[in-house]
Amino acid sequence: MIASVPMEHCLIFAAVLFALGLAGVIVRRNIVFMLMGVEVMLNAVGVAFVVAGARWGQVDGQVMFIFILTMAAAEVSVGLALVLQLYHRFRTLDADAASRMRG
Amino acid sequence: MLNHLYLIPAIPFAGFFVLALTGRRLSNASIAFVGVGSVGMCALLSASTAIEFMTNPPAGRVFTQTLWTWMEVGSFAPTISFSLDALSLVMILVVTIVGFFILLYSSEFMQDEDGYSRFFAFMNLFVGSMLTLVLADNLLLLYVGWEGVGLCSYLLIGFWYRDAANGQAARKAFIVTRIGDTSMALGLLLLFTHLGTLNIHDLMQSAQNQWASGSPTAVLAAALLLGGALGKSAQLPLQVWLPDAMAGPTPVSALIHAATMVTAGVYLIARTHVIFTLAPAVQSAVAVIGAATLVIAGLSALAQKDIKRVLAYSTISQIGYMFLALGVGAWSAAIFHLMTHAFFKALLFLGAGVVILAQSHEHDMFKMGGLWKRLPITFWTFLVGAASLSALPLVTAGFYSKDLILWHAWSSPAGSKSLWAAGLLGAFITSIYAFRMVFITFLGEGKREVSHKPGLRMAVPLLILGLLSIIGGFVELPGPPGTLPQFSTLLRNVLPEASVEHPGAGTELILQAVASLASIAGIFIAYLLFVRRPLYAEFLSKIPGGSTLWSFWFSGWGFDQLYDMLFVRPFVWLTQINRDDFIDAGYAAIARLNRAAYSLLSKTQTGNIRWYAMGIAVGAVVLLAIVVF
Amino acid sequence: MNLFFYISAFVAAVSTFMVITRTNAVHALLYLIVSLLAVAFIFFSLGAPFVAALEVIIYAGAIMVLFVFVIMMLNLGAQAAEQESQWLSPGTWIGPSILTVVLAAELIYLFVADQARTSAAGVVGPRQIGFALFGPYVLGVELASMLLLAGLIGAYHLGRPHKH
Repeated sequence: MIASVPMEHCLIFAAVLFALGLAGVIVRRNIVFMLMGVEVMLNAVGVAFVVAGARWGQVDGQVMFIFILTMAAAEVSVGLALVLQLYHRFRTLDADAASRMRG
Repeated sequence: MLNHLYLIPAIPFAGFFVLALTGRRLSNASIAFVGVGSVGMCALLSASTAIEFMTNPPAGRVFTQTLWTWMEVGSFAPTISFSLDALSLVMILVVTIVGFFILLYSSEFMQDEDGYSRFFAFMNLFVGSMLTLVLADNLLLLYVGWEGVGLCSYLLIGFWYRDAANGQAARKAFIVTRIGDTSMALGLLLLFTHLGTLNIHDLMQSAQNQWASGSPTAVLAAALLLGGALGKSAQLPLQVWLPDAMAGPTPVSALIHAATMVTAGVYLIARTHVIFTLAPAVQSAVAVIGAATLVIAGLSALAQKDIKRVLAYSTISQIGYMFLALGVGAWSAAIFHLMTHAFFKALLFLGAGVVILAQSHEHDMFKMGGLWKRLPITFWTFLVGAASLSALPLVTAGFYSKDLILWHAWSSPAGSKSLWAAGLLGAFITSIYAFRMVFITFLGEGKREVSHKPGLRMAVPLLILGLLSIIGGFVELPGPPGTLPQFSTLLRNVLPEASVEHPGAGTELILQAVASLASIAGIFIAYLLFVRRPLYAEFLSKIPGGSTLWSFWFSGWGFDQLYDMLFVRPFVWLTQINRDDFIDAGYAAIARLNRAAYSLLSKTQTGNIRWYAMGIAVGAVVLLAIVVF
Repeated sequence: MNLFFYISAFVAAVSTFMVITRTNAVHALLYLIVSLLAVAFIFFSLGAPFVAALEVIIYAGAIMVLFVFVIMMLNLGAQAAEQESQWLSPGTWIGPSILTVVLAAELIYLFVADQARTSAAGVVGPRQIGFALFGPYVLGVELASMLLLAGLIGAYHLGRPHKH
């Protein structure tokens, strides 16, 4: 009942997801979209962990995924609160607007 | 008493310290008390030391007192020690006695000046350095004194520092004497490397033992020492600084640039005479330089208008006589002339100071006149000084010393007729310019009111120096009428007697007569030109040939212009080229590079989140690449 | 089962690609939810039903909903979408695409080396996970709870409207 897929295919899939997420973070200028890209990346890492756990049939992969999930939740809540602050202050969601730390 | 020898240089140094530290807070009277009193105490000490030395001479007629060892580096261990023999005895007497009177005079002369304490502090430092120089037992300590007097000369020439011209004159003096000092330092190094010691006595011994007469090392060492003497004593070709040094106060000119510092070169050569006798070529160079300088400077003095510049050129000329004496081997005659010159030249300078002060700081002689009635003491003492300078026969000290030099120039084995002729010509010119100075300044119509008559502190030194200018020569009476060679007897342990080649019986008398004639003739011509027919003198200086000659002599034979063209201009040109200092550009380039790197790096901090994310991604790619491949 | 895996993987990849290329925020979010659901199915097919459920409930259910709420709160109008499409000119895609392709290539190169297969060790259920979490990983659980507390407080503080 369990798929027996070659592990490298799974990991390649995780790598592709991760690369797509990274591209999203780098290309997009809107902060909310950047956060979405970060979520995609975290998800991809979780996939990698679960796949690894499934390969050995052990529980540790899933436990790691639970921790990653918890962390993603906390990060998203704080991150979106920051986005709200940013919007409140700069009236725009442009990430380039917050460049006071240049130089 | 001889054990107190170290006090003689130490007391003026102590005076310098006291005045340097507390001078600003003391009143003029206290400053003068400290400044003049210290040198006065030295004079007394020197006198009592002299009495003891002459009545109860120490073994070998040399007394050495070692204070401490300066340093010990391998086999080089110079000590701070003073040695007293007849030569240094004469020198300390001259320095302290003449110095005391000059300082007494300047306590009144400088009393309206701001830097009263500074003046006396520097004068004390000078006297201390000069005494160190003449009492030094080794050449290193002598060099310390040498440098010290050079420093004080610079400080005192530029005393009125607010006027930039004075600073320039001081710098010129320092730089030109520096050339001589470098030469002397090289000579000391040479002597040390070849003979292993700088102690004067040991040096003379080993030089005599190790070097043959005329050996190249001896010639080189003598030539280098001569270079040092030329710088300090303002002889050809380093004489250009002395006329400009008259920018300093008159007592400074009297003490430093007439009586003492400029004679340091003569002292040096006399001290190291063994080396010069081992290098006859250099010794005859000394004589030739002396003869040439005395004629050149004498002619220059004839064309000067500033009374102090006349005296400056006169000093150069008279030191030329001393060099002439040294060059022909008449060592004690040179020192004798040094002593009498100190007396009458200091007198002339002090008298000129009175005149300048009385004419409200006017230096041009042609703007003065008719002062003989209003400044009688000054006039008579100045007359005595000028007479001594002109070597007026029999009654003046100058006659005896100058005549002795001329006699030795004729008769010594190293002398020659041409040297004697140069000396005679110089004597003739000397009396012309000396009495020109007297007649123009004191006689004739008064052109200005007398604003300041000399007080007691200025008059007494004039009188005493005038007295010394007359009787100072009686310590060395030549042949007939009565042989009384006290002076050379005193010095004979230190300075060998000059040998006389053609001791014809009447020769000496004839030469004396000729010399006397020359000086009297000079006085007479000066009288004719400047009293009876002053317009004729002016006419002579205006005719085409005469005026070029006159301006040539006025500029000191064009040496300043020559040096300006040969040395100053190329140097200034070089510094202009290197104005941006190519060496410094290297260091500046490092700083610029750093700043450029900084600005480059700071461009990577854009404050842009996407940029940073890109950076992380690139970093990850690169790292993975490194790991994988 | 293998087929399901590959289909879900394809769906996840395509929808993720759509997430990063949309100009409308809500569209992107919806695509993201689809992607997450596909990944959940992958988990299920690999014998990890518990994390599949967690993925749906927490990730797609809570986190994405949070995103939706914030976007609604921001009330970005049509001109925001305008601006997005302005910012997303094709030129801006080139550099990052190259970079990410290179990165993906490197990772794939690394992964291909291994020849293992997923074992048929069976389904790893919630029971085992529970034992692990309260056993060896209990410290992690405590730390995670503290992290959540910190996140809670931070979000509350930052989310308050500050009067300037």
